[in-house]
Amino acid sequence: MNSEEIAIQAKDFSAWYGEFKVLKNINIEVPTKHVTAIIGPSGCGKTTFVRCINRLHELTPGAKVSGDLMLYEKNIYHSDPMKIRRTIGMVFQRPNPFPTMTIAGNVMAGYSLNSIRLKSSDYRDILEDSLRKAALWDEVKDKLNKFGSELSGGQQQRLCIARAIASKPKVILFDEPCSALDPIATGKIEELIRELKSQYTIIIVTHNMQQAGRVADYTAFFMLGELIEFDQTEKVFTNPAKSLTEDYITGRFG
Amino acid sequence: MRKIKNLIMTVMISLATLICLIPLFLLLYYVIKMGISSINLDFFIKNPKPMGEIGGGMLNSIVGTLIVLGMASLIGIPFGLATGIYLAENKGTKLAEWVRLSTEVLVGIPSIVIGILVYSWVVKTMNTFSAFAGSIALTIIMIPLLARSTEEVLLMVPNTLKEAAFALGASRWNTQRMIVMKTAMGGIISAILSSIGRIAGETAPLLFTAFGNQFFSTKLFRPISTLPIQIFTYARSPNVVQNKMAWAGALLLVSMVLLLNFSAKWISQALVKRSKN
Ligand SMILES: Nc1ncnc2c1ncn2[C@@H]1O[C@H](COP(=O)(O)OP(=O)(O)OP(=O)(O)O)[C@@H](O)[C@H]1O
Ligand SMILES: [Mg+2]
Repeated sequence: MNSEEIAIQAKDFSAWYGEFKVLKNINIEVPTKHVTAIIGPSGCGKTTFVRCINRLHELTPGAKVSGDLMLYEKNIYHSDPMKIRRTIGMVFQRPNPFPTMTIAGNVMAGYSLNSIRLKSSDYRDILEDSLRKAALWDEVKDKLNKFGSELSGGQQQRLCIARAIASKPKVILFDEPCSALDPIATGKIEELIRELKSQYTIIIVTHNMQQAGRVADYTAFFMLGELIEFDQTEKVFTNPAKSLTEDYITGRFG
Repeated sequence: MRKIKNLIMTVMISLATLICLIPLFLLLYYVIKMGISSINLDFFIKNPKPMGEIGGGMLNSIVGTLIVLGMASLIGIPFGLATGIYLAENKGTKLAEWVRLSTEVLVGIPSIVIGILVYSWVVKTMNTFSAFAGSIALTIIMIPLLARSTEEVLLMVPNTLKEAAFALGASRWNTQRMIVMKTAMGGIISAILSSIGRIAGETAPLLFTAFGNQFFSTKLFRPISTLPIQIFTYARSPNVVQNKMAWAGALLLVSMVLLLNFSAKWISQALVKRSKN
């Protein structure tokens, strides 16, 4: 894995909620344009870690971090958080389209919310391109002006993916994006994630080991706020270096 | 046994509901019965006639009420909304807790006390009763009410929507304005309308602020007639015609308040429906 270019790098990175240290000295190098899965028992800090990457963590009162997080050569914590959030998109656990916006409005929300005006030709191009990349264009092209809440759960989640893509991010974070979806909708999102990695660096938090196996090139195993193991997915699942990883994967706990 | 218990509970609950509704219907019935006969075109377009003469209407009080309410809303709505937004956005901070406490105290203060306060601050200083003083009194009643209901409505907007906006790089202000406020719009409008409805019938704080005026006036810094005060005056009058006028005024006031409350409900429901599909 040393041969890959690194997109996100954590150096002795720690995070707190108040006095509670949730992430403990994480060191990881996430390769660019691949899918990296984060697995681990509930409460081990997976969500916290991805929220640190796009600086959502600091919105929680009392939240703190230390150490370095790099996006390519740039220190995420020395940059403007609003720029970082536009460069690092996020898809949440539950689909959360804006109920007051149309489908088109939702996709383009990254622009309207930042008071960025686009030429109408650019607007249409980005809209269509993002929906196509999110594999949603054919399903919604005739109802772009309907409200997003009319779509099914799986479609809403793909709408949220299109919304993240439209801001032209370098990295997209997925926090258990399928936990509220049925198997068919889940299959579509997984397929989509596999396609997106040709253009974006993807980090996906998942509770589902099969899912990590299906979509991820690399897998990181977290436990109690520590990074226990990080390697190619195949290696982690078939021949883990740590016994803790093996115990977790074979279902002995978690 | 269980069935009997259930039955008893159901009957008691229905009875309690009925007991709550009866006064409302009695009130409506009585106000309509007593007031309707004096409601005619003159009531809306004529000023009161001097004592002893027959006829006349309540135009001056209707216009006065609209002026006083309008001015109170003009000041009260922005301040009430701003305070509500502040409370919702800064939940848990010391200052916000103090502000919340003071809105609670203000809501609990009898409105006549606010009237006296404005009397000594505004009326005494300006040396005259005025529409302006009346509006200030009503504004002071309105702001904490509106602030609290705005806060409640804003806090109902799911946090996940705010986070989605932040994750797209939106500033706090844009998130508040374009996501939170828009999502809560129905609730905000109905909070505004209900708070206007709440101050529309206030009488005590107007007694020694707006005072009353038997003539037509639209001057902000002169005493002005308002429906509640005019009702108060007419109801105490020995003149039967004026007593009837008081009932008609009461009918108008009740209709206004009902209309405000119903449109509040209707608008918020329509907006909720719209955002659902
Ligand atoms: N807002 C918060 N305030 C205080 N503690 C929090 C907060 N959010 C999370 N925590 C704590 O931080 C730890 C890590 O939480 P986190 O949500 O990152 O776990 P997770 O690995 O994503 O879990 P799950 O798999 O259940 O989603 C947990 O112990 C949790 O209780
Ligand atoms: Mg989580």
